[in-house]
Formats: sequence, structure tokens, C-alpha cells
Amino acid sequence: MTTRIVELRRGILKKNDELAASLRRRYTSAGVFVLNLVSSPGTGKTAFLERTLRELLGQGARAAALVGDLETDNDARRLAASGAPVRQINTHGICHLDAEMIAKHIEGWDGVTLSGLDYLFIENVGNLVCPSSYDLGEAVRVALLSVTEGEDKPLKYPTLFNSADAAVITKMDIAEACGFDREQALKSLNEIRPGIRIFETSAKTGAGMSEWLAFLVEAREKRESLA
Amino acid sequence: MHELSIVTSVVESVTESLEDYPGARVQEVRLRVGVLSAVVVDSLEFCWGLATEGTPLEGSKLVVKMVPIVMHCAHCAADVELDGVQSFRCPRCDEPCSDLRQGRELEIESIEIEDGAASEAAAIQVE
Repeated sequence: MTTRIVELRRGILKKNDELAASLRRRYTSAGVFVLNLVSSPGTGKTAFLERTLRELLGQGARAAALVGDLETDNDARRLAASGAPVRQINTHGICHLDAEMIAKHIEGWDGVTLSGLDYLFIENVGNLVCPSSYDLGEAVRVALLSVTEGEDKPLKYPTLFNSADAAVITKMDIAEACGFDREQALKSLNEIRPGIRIFETSAKTGAGMSEWLAFLVEAREKRESLA
Repeated sequence: MHELSIVTSVVESVTESLEDYPGARVQEVRLRVGVLSAVVVDSLEFCWGLATEGTPLEGSKLVVKMVPIVMHCAHCAADVELDGVQSFRCPRCDEPCSDLRQGRELEIESIEIEDGAASEAAAIQVE
């Protein structure tokens, strides 16, 4: 018997990464701008996304959403109130969405095709750890945090916040009541992801939504011109 | 807690690579895990025995090498290693850094195998 060392140098999530890369190519050729929304449970991703979808549709844009939860289609029903096509992904216990789940759910989606969309939002499972490892082929990863969660959230979950391309602070309408320290929150975000674009929003009052929508339009156009 | 699915991917990937080494037994699997990979090493080790049971990796040892964060500091025009994950600033000049060069790795570096009877026979034939 002889012992030897075999070099493998292989990515553990290679399958996911390869599938995500092929999804990214499909999104680009279809001209759809894809965003992956990640936060803790209870940050208000669904309320924020519902308002985003409603406003985009109001501007004449074509937008749809995939929403991940362990169980129930409650969020899909809430989001569908915006008028946009929405499809629920139930992970049945898995703490994140992966590229395979996305690939499966963009097929056979009642009349929705990638080329018929301008924007596709993926609302990830509420979790600030695991989704950071799984590329879904998105153009932009958005990390959300609410004013009720503590200004140091980015410092507590650096792996996720460092992987984000943009940050959204939600529930700004109750910031004062919560004693939210805005400066501290912005500082935490910038410590972990220097220079990150930050949007301070309220889905309830609509505060900050126009800046966020302008960013979507601009980021999509920029991507289109690169494609 | 997605460590079990990470470990399951490792087992699948190593098992696949063993096709080139028929009958070989795996003694050790060496991983490179970035500090920013969102993976807890203790949990990987905890899942290892369970995930390798009944596979050619059963009884093998898991060795994890942590990979530190390296950022490119535009101000110093150099790659710099960060001490922790609480501040993405250059340790030399204190300027913020956003250009990550290393620290998200999640890869199988190598495996140590004991050749099986079949592959030894094949090796002798080649000789």
C-alpha cells in the first residue's frame, strides 16, 4: 500500500458557481436585471419589495419576483398584491436559496419569461449568514437592515454585508421611536463595506424610494450598456 | 447552518475524483476556507463523520486551513492582510479598502489517499 497526495484545488460550491454563471449569462442575454435581497427575518424585505414592484410597474417597467421561505406562500400572496408576477420557492428547511432552485423556478412560470422582464427580484430566505455563500447569478446583491435591529448589525455579520453591492435601511419612519443612531449605522456599513451605496427607506411612507428606484434604473442601464 | 450541505458537496466532489484511483481509500481531506466564507469550521468537523459514513471517505480526517483576508489598498498600492473582520481598512495607512483579493475561498486543496489493490495492479502493469 502506498500513500500519496492528490492535488484537487476544486471549489466546494463549484456546481452552484457554474450554474450561477450560466444563469448570469442567461439574464444578460434576456436583458433582465436581477437583484438578490438578503436580510434577517423581520427586516421588512417583503414590504419593501412590494412597494418597489408597485412603483416600478407604475413607471411602466416589467418586474417580477421569486420569494424564498422555508414554508408557506404568504409572502408570494403579499407581493402579488403589487400586480407583479410572483412565484414562491419553499426550501423546506434549507436556510438559503441556491442557483439550482432559481434555475428550476424560472422555468414553467405561468407566462413569465426572462426576456419579457426588465427586473427580477429574488427575495432570499431571512438569514444573514448562509445566503452569502450562494451566488444566484444576480447583478446586484442588496443587504437590508431595519432601524429596529441595532446599528452594529454589519459588524456582527461582516461576511454578508461585505459581499453586498448596496444596502437598504428599512422602517425609517419609526427610526426616532427606536432611538436609531443613523450616524453609527452608516459608519458600521462603511467599516465593513467601504463606499457601499446606502438607501434610507420607509415602505410605509415612501421615504427614500425615489432614490432607490433611480438607482435601479441607472444600474440596469449601466449593465445593459456593458452587455 | 449550511455546513452539512457544504460537507456533502465535499464528499461528492472527492468521491468523483476517486474514479481515477479505483479502490483507493481516503485518509485525509484538506480544505482551504476563507475567513469571509461564512462557514464555521467546528460545524464542518461535527458533520464530517456523519456525511462520510458509508462512502470511500469514511474514517478519513478533515484538515482545514484558514485563509486570511487580503485586500488591495489603492493608497499604498499593495496587497495587505487584515487582522480581523471588524474593519476593512488598510492596517498600514488606515484608509478604507473595498478591493477584496482573498478571504472568500471555499475549496478542496488536496486529498491524501492510500492506493487500492486495483490501482496498484494497474501501476505495476504500466511499469
